[in-house]
Amino acid sequence: MSTTTTTAPRAGGRGRLKDGRPRSPVSMVTMLVLAVLWTLPTLGLLVTSFRSRDDALNSGWWSAIVNPFGTSWTFDNYRRVFEMSDMGNAFLNGVVVAVPATIIPIMFAAFAAYAFTFLDFRFKETLFITIVAVMVVPIHVAFQPLLNLFGPNGLGIAGQYLAVWLLHTGFGMPLCIYVLRNYMSSLPFSVVESARIDGCTNFQIFWKLVAPMAMPAMAAFATLQFLWVWNDLLIAKLFLANDNTTVIVKLQQLLGTQGQGAELLTAGAFISMVLPMIVFFVLQNFLVRGMTSGAVKG
Amino acid sequence: MSTTSSTPPVGEEVPQVPDDAGSSPEATVPSDAGLQPVKLLLGVLGIAVSVYLMGNLFLAFAWYPQWFFDSKILMGILGLVVGVGGAAVLFWFLNMAIEALPRRLEHGVMPYAFLLPGFSLIGLMLLFPTVQTIHYSFANARSTAYVDPIWANFASLFGSADFWSAMLNNLLWIAIVPAITVALGVVVAVLADKLSAGSEKWSKSFIFMPMAISFVAASAIWLTTVYGYRPPGEPQTASLNAIWVNWFGQDPASWLDIDTARLNSLLLMVILIWLQTGFAMVLLSSAIKGVPEDTLEAARIDGASEWQIFWQVIIPQIWGTIITVFITVLILVMKVFDIVYVLTNGRNNTDVIANMFFREMFTNRDGGRATALIVVLLVAIIPILIYQVRDFRKQEAMR
Repeated sequence: MSTTTTTAPRAGGRGRLKDGRPRSPVSMVTMLVLAVLWTLPTLGLLVTSFRSRDDALNSGWWSAIVNPFGTSWTFDNYRRVFEMSDMGNAFLNGVVVAVPATIIPIMFAAFAAYAFTFLDFRFKETLFITIVAVMVVPIHVAFQPLLNLFGPNGLGIAGQYLAVWLLHTGFGMPLCIYVLRNYMSSLPFSVVESARIDGCTNFQIFWKLVAPMAMPAMAAFATLQFLWVWNDLLIAKLFLANDNTTVIVKLQQLLGTQGQGAELLTAGAFISMVLPMIVFFVLQNFLVRGMTSGAVKG
Repeated sequence: MSTTSSTPPVGEEVPQVPDDAGSSPEATVPSDAGLQPVKLLLGVLGIAVSVYLMGNLFLAFAWYPQWFFDSKILMGILGLVVGVGGAAVLFWFLNMAIEALPRRLEHGVMPYAFLLPGFSLIGLMLLFPTVQTIHYSFANARSTAYVDPIWANFASLFGSADFWSAMLNNLLWIAIVPAITVALGVVVAVLADKLSAGSEKWSKSFIFMPMAISFVAASAIWLTTVYGYRPPGEPQTASLNAIWVNWFGQDPASWLDIDTARLNSLLLMVILIWLQTGFAMVLLSSAIKGVPEDTLEAARIDGASEWQIFWQVIIPQIWGTIITVFITVLILVMKVFDIVYVLTNGRNNTDVIANMFFREMFTNRDGGRATALIVVLLVAIIPILIYQVRDFRKQEAMR
């Protein structure tokens, strides 16, 4: 047993993996069960969203999986949820809210992260610790004061995209600075140093050297931030007018009127999940990188 | 901050750096032209104009959507372009204005200039509101005057049974969810580590996937497929009741209404655990892969069982990550809102602080009580904040 890991990987071999580790039936079975358990609820929703109302009321979602030919499949729920709760508009709103709210904070944070990494100044540590502390502060502190500030007696922008862009940009900023600064401090300092000796200004060094090198960290933050903004309920509900509101808020309204619209709920939930799912599967590696770089958000 | 030790300071010392023979400082570092008034003026003017234009264009989105033909796509694209481009232009002018200053001043001011826009946003969106929220918590419902006595909002909160019920629920969430999430994450990470590379990737993907799902959609999923209730006699279409009725022969139960032993709260917690286990697994898995093979090997040679290796070799080495994951989930749980709001809205003893806050602010329109609740939350979060700052300092010292 104890010699196997030190010897060169053995190919093939009964009861061994390709890399020579012993096969573990217990882990295989347990992981299979867990993966199925973790997927079933989502699968159940997906299946139900394609079943007709009567069908879904008469038998559980599992019967449609067990007996797919005895089920009346339909796109009706999707058609109706688009018609009745204005899902197309809400989907568009979600994109219009999420894309700028994901990218704009990166621009501001990158310069700050550059200063924290490559420049030296007084209060540097104090200011960065402020960032670390602010990451933990719950965003709820902002709602009452900013509803007043953005409301009709203040700037008069509550209900519009601008309010939500500003909020998400502000709330995402500490985390973005933190993630980017952590990544930048792992970059080779000598490159920046030689550019400086060549007479490049900080702006040029940032723009031509550091920003391109920090792209992976920016993508990591962007993936996380996109999921947060898209999936957010509270900010969208408080700061967007009904005509500008997102899919998640529409879904929450559908949940409030269960009874008559149960079949619409499933279709609506799935519509709300499509885009984040695509982002998740395409950018999974960036997401993992973002999370392993210390993504605490208050 | 020890990163600075490897970072040649850009302060006063830099002009003296190119001391090596052959090249004078003037040849390697652009010459210090002293104060350049025209450039400074242009820079400052540029900052003013770009801030003014950006601000007005953004306000125009909100005030005069008809200028943009009420087109959401146009406003979205313009918002993105102006937000990113405007920020770039702003920094360019900032840089220009500061370069026009004499060299010593330039190096002193530049870092703050780079920080300024980001920190203004943090100040406006987080620091100012924090102070204001504390301030409002001593004021009346419309935040127009202080209450009398000054602590009246807190007194009325602490005197209400609803508040303590919500507090108890929050404590239950805090006691249960982070611990179970971390434990499940460790189990899954360890088991996945024993699979072949391909099956590890796939099985982890499935458990990680809920990470992309919103709390609201997750609530819809669990309500539809697991917790749903239909009256007796009708077919039960959600799995929990189907099992309860068909296998155990019981009457169907409306699970989310049962507050015996806070069952309903526990069922809501399951949803959050389902969502967060993947996150815990990903972080813990990369920590486990970082455990040096020779420490495991040494333990095996000493005759330790796999069980002992797990507890005495692996766990101590991934303890830091365990704490990180625990704290991240803890912070999330302290302000848990969406799941409770959407599924029960606090009915039948499921209320939590964040949901109570929403009700006070939105339904009851009582700004005083709402902000007082947030102050309670803030106070509760202070120990975590202190821990995070200490932990950060420790990590920096180790760099």
